[in-house]
Parts: sequence; structure tokens; C-alpha cells
Amino acid sequence: MKKASHKTIRNDIILVLSLLLIASIGLFYLFVLRDTGDTVKVTIGGENYGTYSLSKDIAKDIISGKNNEHHNLLIIKNGKVYIKSASCPDGLCVKHKPIFRDGESIVCLPNQVVVTISQNPKDNIVDAIA
Amino acid sequence: MKYKPKLVAFVGICTALAMILAYIEVLLPPLFPAIPGIKMGLPNIIILFLLYKRGPFFAAIVSVIRIVLISMLFGNMISFLYSIAGGILSLLIMILLRRLRCFSTVGVSVAGGVAHNIGQILMAMLLLETAELGFYLVVLIITGTISGILIGLCSAILIKRIPENILKI
Repeated sequence: MKKASHKTIRNDIILVLSLLLIASIGLFYLFVLRDTGDTVKVTIGGENYGTYSLSKDIAKDIISGKNNEHHNLLIIKNGKVYIKSASCPDGLCVKHKPIFRDGESIVCLPNQVVVTISQNPKDNIVDAIA
Repeated sequence: MKYKPKLVAFVGICTALAMILAYIEVLLPPLFPAIPGIKMGLPNIIILFLLYKRGPFFAAIVSVIRIVLISMLFGNMISFLYSIAGGILSLLIMILLRRLRCFSTVGVSVAGGVAHNIGQILMAMLLLETAELGFYLVVLIITGTISGILIGLCSAILIKRIPENILKI
């Protein structure tokens, strides 16, 4: 076994630092440059489910699955969105912190539900469901 | 290729090791408690070890068998698609970087870890038909780098310490 030379270790450090640099540029973009959004868009498996206003407090159960067997309880409160409860086994979407910035999203992979915040919606902000 | 029982047994043991590491990983306290769902990638220790000691063929075969078996035992079709996307992308990147020989085990592991996460994000974009997973990508690059360093260090110790003669097939 050849011992790791200084050159390979130097390359490793360059790789790690460049990855962290890319990530920190991304974080800076995500947390500093982006404004608060105003609409909440819900899609299931890529298909539009509904659009809600971020300024109005609501609680909406998102029903998904072939036989409507899955649900994610979406809460919009004080301009922030979170999932209160869900039928998915891992519950990652429930543990996700509340979102409010433009472009932020909560994804529930088992139920294929994506909740995204946007700022200037192309379609009108009429509640598609109610 | 001639049928070699020893070879089959060796692949079997390595696959079992990789699977048990995937199980242990779930039992361990999370490396990043603030972000749920992030795993360290302990099975990658075995894959890296094989990549260095037995070449890309063994690493690839153990990785693919492990993903298929774990998905059949504990997962479903969707979890299989995510695992296989991450697994294959990370495998390709690690084999490539190993060939280049300009990175140590840690570098290869970091690239593999980040590639695994990027593969899963790409699959998520494909399945959910959304491109707005940028936040996850950033977080996963950071966590992939940190866990890649740890996994790389572990693998380096194994590669150094495990004697060549017990791996004779």
C-alpha cells in the first residue's frame, strides 16, 4: 500500500474546500439574497394540486395516493408554512422547519407532495380548490 | 468466467457487511441532528475498501446487490430508485477518481458521498418533476462532504491495516 503523498492530500483539501465554497455561495444566495415569498404552491407527483396565499392563515389536508390513502396536513400561519402531520412513514416533512422564503420547499417523498413558496406567480392567486 | 465458489462467498460476505452497516447506521445517533434524514453512508466504507483492494468490478457488484437487497427487504420501488441513482453516480465518480490517482481515499470518499446525494436529488427532480430542490442540494453537499471525510478516514485505516493475504480469492 502506497502512502498518501503530500500531493494527493493537497488535492483532497482543494476538493473539500471547493465543495464547501460552492455550498456557502448557495447558502448565501438562499438565505440572504432571496426575499419572502407570497404564494404557496402544492403539487403531487408534478401535478398542480392547489395554490394558497401566504398571508392568510389556513389549515388544509392534502389528500394524495391512488385511493386517497395518504395525507399531509398543511398549515399556513403568520406568513409561514409547515406540515403539521402526515401519513408518510418517515415523517421528514413534519420535522422540516417552517418555510417562508421565495423558492423554499418542503418535500414529502413517500406521498410525492411538494410544497413550494413563490413570489410572483404566473397564474392568478385564486384558491384552486375552495 | 469460470465459476469460483470462493469468489461468490467473498462477494456475499462483503454484501452482508455493507448491509449490516446500513442497518447499524439507522441505530446510531444522527451525525447532523438538525437535519433529519441525512445518513453517513457507512456501507461506503466497504465499497471504498473493495475499490482499492479488489478493483471497480467488485465494488460495483457489491454496491448494486446491496441496494437491490436492501430495497427488497426494507424499502419499496421509489426508495430503490433513489438509492440506485445515488449509488450508481457515486460509484462512477469514485471509480473515475480512483483511476486518476490524484486523490487519496478521503478525496475519493468525499466525491463519492457528494455524488451520491446529487444522484438522489436528480432522481427526485425526475420523479417529482420539480427543479426547486436547490436548498436540499446545498445542505446535502455540506453533509456529504463532512461524512465523506469521516468515511474516507475509516476506509484508509481499513485499507492500510487489513492484510492482503486474508483477501486472497
